[in-house]
Amino acid sequence: MNAPVNFDPAIHAASIPLDQIDVSDPNLFVTDTYYPYFERLRREDPVHYRKGGLYGDFWSVTKFKDIMTVETHPEIYSSDAKKGGISITDRPMEFRRSSFISMDPPRHDEQRKVVSPIVAPANLQNMSGIIRDRVCRVLDGLPRNETFDWVERVSIELTTLMLTTLFGFPEEDRAKLTFWSDCATQDVNAGGIVDSEQKRLEILSEALRVFTGMWHERAAKPPGFDLISMLAHGEATRNLVNDPAEFLGNLTLLIVGGNDTTRNSMSGGLWALCKNPDEYKKLYANPALVTSAVPEIIRWQSPIVHMRRTAVADAELGGKQIKKGDKVVMWYISGNRDEDSIDRPNEFIVDRARPRHHLSFGFGVHRCVGNRLAEMQLIILWEEILKRFPMIELVEEPKRLYSNFIHGITEMKVRIPG
Amino acid sequence: MAKITFIEHTGKAHTVEIAVGKSVMQAAVDNNVPGIDADCGGECACATCHVYVEPEWLSKTGLPEAGSQEASMLSFAAVTQTDSRLSCQITMTPELDGLVVRMPEGQH
Repeated sequence: MNAPVNFDPAIHAASIPLDQIDVSDPNLFVTDTYYPYFERLRREDPVHYRKGGLYGDFWSVTKFKDIMTVETHPEIYSSDAKKGGISITDRPMEFRRSSFISMDPPRHDEQRKVVSPIVAPANLQNMSGIIRDRVCRVLDGLPRNETFDWVERVSIELTTLMLTTLFGFPEEDRAKLTFWSDCATQDVNAGGIVDSEQKRLEILSEALRVFTGMWHERAAKPPGFDLISMLAHGEATRNLVNDPAEFLGNLTLLIVGGNDTTRNSMSGGLWALCKNPDEYKKLYANPALVTSAVPEIIRWQSPIVHMRRTAVADAELGGKQIKKGDKVVMWYISGNRDEDSIDRPNEFIVDRARPRHHLSFGFGVHRCVGNRLAEMQLIILWEEILKRFPMIELVEEPKRLYSNFIHGITEMKVRIPG
Repeated sequence: MAKITFIEHTGKAHTVEIAVGKSVMQAAVDNNVPGIDADCGGECACATCHVYVEPEWLSKTGLPEAGSQEASMLSFAAVTQTDSRLSCQITMTPELDGLVVRMPEGQH
């Protein structure tokens, strides 16, 4: 699906045979042309089987309610790394690293409960001050009447600083966290530094080395309130460091989960508001709307494109027969545009009645553990933007990531009139 | 119709009415009671409609069954207590008319 100059994705999506549609093609996300393909699947074949796709044979689940069914039946639809894990890419067995996102209950539950207190309501309140200070510092340092990259100056900077707080990681080394996060999810065909699973493992081994040192240092001290200390002292995880593959799996989960997703909502939110200037004006006139604008931004961006499950029993889904062993892909980015579950889904509306009714955090036992922290960071960011900038201009369309998993914006040139 | 009183973490009470057969969560959402987020819309899949049932009502609402989806989702909610329920899983009956529930500090 490479796009020639006069290529019209709407015409292409409507005209190719249904069984040739392959929504896993990362180019659809680079070119931001995935919409009509999912729109056709939702309308004509909501649970769609693609044989011989770029990422093998798989079911696409494209409607909100069917995705909810898969999410709430982990006993049928497994996340287990050894069975296939949570991404459409089938990594060779020796490169499959377990973590609590790629485990089923009850083990998943035990490990997740160790880290979840870091985002408990009282602790979110504790973190809000430091987040606001950083947001103010970053926004006050932005140039006026000059083009700059919002991704680098704002989105990456703020989310990586957040990670240093969550992990108790030295701020001055924070670029490493961004690098490891990007390497953990990079598609090996993206043309980046990670061109093989072996290369990925080599890079992440450095992360493992650094965090293993931090682990031993914190295990020897009384429990502290950072993720490494919590894991080192948690009953279900205190031996995790002795299983380097699973330790690394959990580290990359927490780094990517706490970073890449919110980073792209910080970029995608500004993109959405630049493309919908009336909504920006509405928000600027009434900043109290940030609490509904932020979940709408997260729906609109859908920072995780899909999650994958593997059927461990035969099941019926949306009238289709799923067989044991089948790969089942929930396309959140499609369910978030499902007109049967969301009113006017193709409109970006900052004052929706039920803005949190979206799939971006997933549902069921694997629902994003940091979802309220993500919202809080974005709410503070937008509160402070609205205090400062009546408008921000989009200088050129953003550059997008080659990935069918992370819905990423890699560069977005903007200008703040001064 | 049956009455339910929701008490916010700050102590502020909201008494609302809902048709028998609907869920306690729905009563909060339909009446814009703050503190019940109900992100998933009643599928027992997000734990953001968490409430504490007042002691005198516990025998009528009951507690989630061990191993149930509600028990599993509740185990990930912050600040749970022995009287915690997901309000989307409590269906209003005539016996529950007058029910009182309290809300936690936050939903996540």
